[in-house]
Amino acid sequence: MIFLNQCLQGIFLGAYYALIACSLSFLFGVMRIINLAHGSLAVLAAFLLFVLADRYGLSPWLGLVLVIPVMAALGFLLQILVLERSLKGGLLVPLLSTFGLAIVIDNLLFQGFGADTRSLAPYIGDLSFASWSLSDDITVGQLDVIILAAAVALLGGLQLFLARTRLGRTIRATAEAPEIVGLIGIDARAVYALSTALAMALATVAGAFLALRATFNPYSGGMQLLFAFEAVVIGGFGSLWGTLIGGILLGVAQNLGAFVNPHGFLIAGHGFFLAILIARLYLGPRLARLRLARLRPRRPRPHAARPA
Amino acid sequence: MMAAPDMRVERWTRRAQGFVVSLLLLALVLAFGPLLFSAGITDRLSELFVYVMLAVTWNLLAGYGGLVSVGQQAFFGLGAYLAVRLSAAGVSVYPALLLAGLMTGALALAIGEVMLRLEGGEFAIGMWVVAELAHLLVNLDPLVQGETGTSLIALDAFSAAARRADTYWAAFAAMVLLLVLVFAVLRGRLGTALQAIRDDEIAAASLGVRVLATKRVVFMLAAGGAALAGALWLATAITFQPHAYFSVQWTAYMIFMTLVGGLGTFEGPVIGAVLFFTVEWLFGASGVWYLIGLGAAALGFALFAPRGLWGAFTERFPERLLPLGYHVVGARAAAAAGGGEER
Repeated sequence: MIFLNQCLQGIFLGAYYALIACSLSFLFGVMRIINLAHGSLAVLAAFLLFVLADRYGLSPWLGLVLVIPVMAALGFLLQILVLERSLKGGLLVPLLSTFGLAIVIDNLLFQGFGADTRSLAPYIGDLSFASWSLSDDITVGQLDVIILAAAVALLGGLQLFLARTRLGRTIRATAEAPEIVGLIGIDARAVYALSTALAMALATVAGAFLALRATFNPYSGGMQLLFAFEAVVIGGFGSLWGTLIGGILLGVAQNLGAFVNPHGFLIAGHGFFLAILIARLYLGPRLARLRLARLRPRRPRPHAARPA
Repeated sequence: MMAAPDMRVERWTRRAQGFVVSLLLLALVLAFGPLLFSAGITDRLSELFVYVMLAVTWNLLAGYGGLVSVGQQAFFGLGAYLAVRLSAAGVSVYPALLLAGLMTGALALAIGEVMLRLEGGEFAIGMWVVAELAHLLVNLDPLVQGETGTSLIALDAFSAAARRADTYWAAFAAMVLLLVLVFAVLRGRLGTALQAIRDDEIAAASLGVRVLATKRVVFMLAAGGAALAGALWLATAITFQPHAYFSVQWTAYMIFMTLVGGLGTFEGPVIGAVLFFTVEWLFGASGVWYLIGLGAAALGFALFAPRGLWGAFTERFPERLLPLGYHVVGARAAAAAGGGEER
C-alpha cells in the first residue's frame, strides 16, 4: 500500500512536471529552439509571487492574476530582445544566449533574495496540508488535486487552442513555414512574440505550483529546466498529452527511486530518462527519430531526416 | 575566385613564423615558471593553464563540432573523482592525474555513443542530465562521503613548495600538449571534416564525411581534456567536494571564455581564458555581481558579436598568425569581404 501511495504521489508530482514541460515544448515546437532560461524564468515568477504574498499580503492565487500578465510581457520582451536576434545567428546562438540569460537571472535573484529556501505554502492557509484519506496508507493532498486538475485543464486548453482556434492555426502555420506565412498576411515576428508570451504565462503557473507544493531558491531554475526537458523527452512522440504522460512517468520513477533508497529520487529520474532515451534511439526506426513534442502529429519535415 | 598572376597560396607567412618563434620563447620562459615567479603567481598561473584547457576543449566541441554542451562539468568532476580514486588505490599521484584524464576520455566514448545522436538543444540539456547523474553517483562512493567530500591526501607527501612546482609543471605540460594536439587535429583532415559538419551536417555527410565518427573523436578529446583539467584543478585545490566540481558554473566559465575570445577560432579561447583569468583576479571577490557580469557578457557576445574579440580582430586583419587554413596573397579584398580564408 505504501508502494501504491508512492505511485500516486508521483502522479501528482508529474502533473507539475507536465506543466513546466508543456511551455518548453510549445516554444520548441513553434521556433525550434530550447530556451535554457526556461526554469530560471519560472523561478523568477515564483519569486514575484513570493514578494506579493510576503510583503503585500496578497494571496498567491490573486498574485497569479497580476504576475501572469507581467511574465507574459517579459516573454514578449524576451522574444524581441533576445530570441529574435539569436534565431538569425544559427543553431548554436539561441542556446548560448539563453544560457547567459539564465546565469543573469539566477544570480540577480540571489543578489535580491539571498540563499534562503522559500515556499508559498505558508500563504495559502490549510490548503497546504489539507488532505483526504482514502485508506490508512493513502492520502491525497487537496493542493495536489488542484494542481493535477489545473495541469489537465491547461494542457487540454492549449491543445484545443492550437487545434481549433484561428490564432492556434496561425501559430501552427508559422511553426511549419515561417518564411512562407508572410504570403498570406501573417507577421511571423508577431506570432513568435505572442507564442513566447503565452509560454511565459504557462511557465508562471508552473512556477506558482512549484512554490506552492515545494520549496525553491534562486538556483532552482536549472533543475526545473532538466525536469521539464526529461518530461518532454520521456513523453516524446506526439501531442501535448504525451508531455503529461512523460511528466507523470518521471514523477512516478522519482518517487519509486526514493522508495527504494533515500538517495534514489533524482538518480531514478535521471536514470529513467536515459533509459527511455537509449531505448528510443536503438529500438525501431520509427521511434529513432527523437523529437520534442510536436504541436500535433504530422509527417516528418524534409530537414528532419538525419544521416545514419 | 579569379586567378591573377600575382596571387599565391600561403600557409606560413613570414610574420606567422615570427609569431610562432615568439610563442616558443614565451613557452620557454613559462617552463621555468616556479623558479622565476613567486609562490602566489605560480599558483595563479597553474589555474590559468586549467582555464585555457577548459576553454580550448569546449571550443573544440562547440566552435568546431557544432556541439553545445552544458554538461562538460561531468568530465571535469569525473576527472577529479577518478584522480582521488586512483590515488586512494595506490597509484602515485601525478600519474594518477593523467590516467584519470585518459580513463574519462574512454568513458566519454560510451556516453557519446548515446548523446551524440541527439541534436542541438537536446544534446545540450542531455549532457547536463549526464553531469547531474555523474554527480549523484559519485556521491554514493563511500570514499567521497556524499557532499562532505574528501581530499587528495597523497599530495601531503610533498612539501608545499615541491607540490606547487610539480602541479605547475603538470598543468603547463598538459596545456601545451593539449594545444598542440588540438592545433594538429584542426589543421588536418579531421579539422576540415569538423568544420564541414558544423556548417551543414547533411551536406557534409553527402560528401562522404563520416559524421558520427568525427563527432566521436572530438567528443572524446574534449571530455578527456576537461577531465585532465579537473584532475589538475584538484591538484591545486587538494580538497574534493563533489558539488564544487560538478557545478554547472564550470560550463558557464567555458562558455564565457570561448564566446568572448572567439567561438570557432583557435586563438579565441586562449585569449578568452586570459581575459577570464584577469577578470576573476580583479572582480572575483565581488561575488554575485561578478557572475551576473559574466552571464551578461556571454549573452551580449552571443547576440552582438558571436565570433568574439578574436573574430572581430581577424575581420580587420585577415592574416593568421597561427594558420589553420591557407592564405591567398594578393586577394586581401576578397578575403576581408568573406573572411573565408580559413578552409
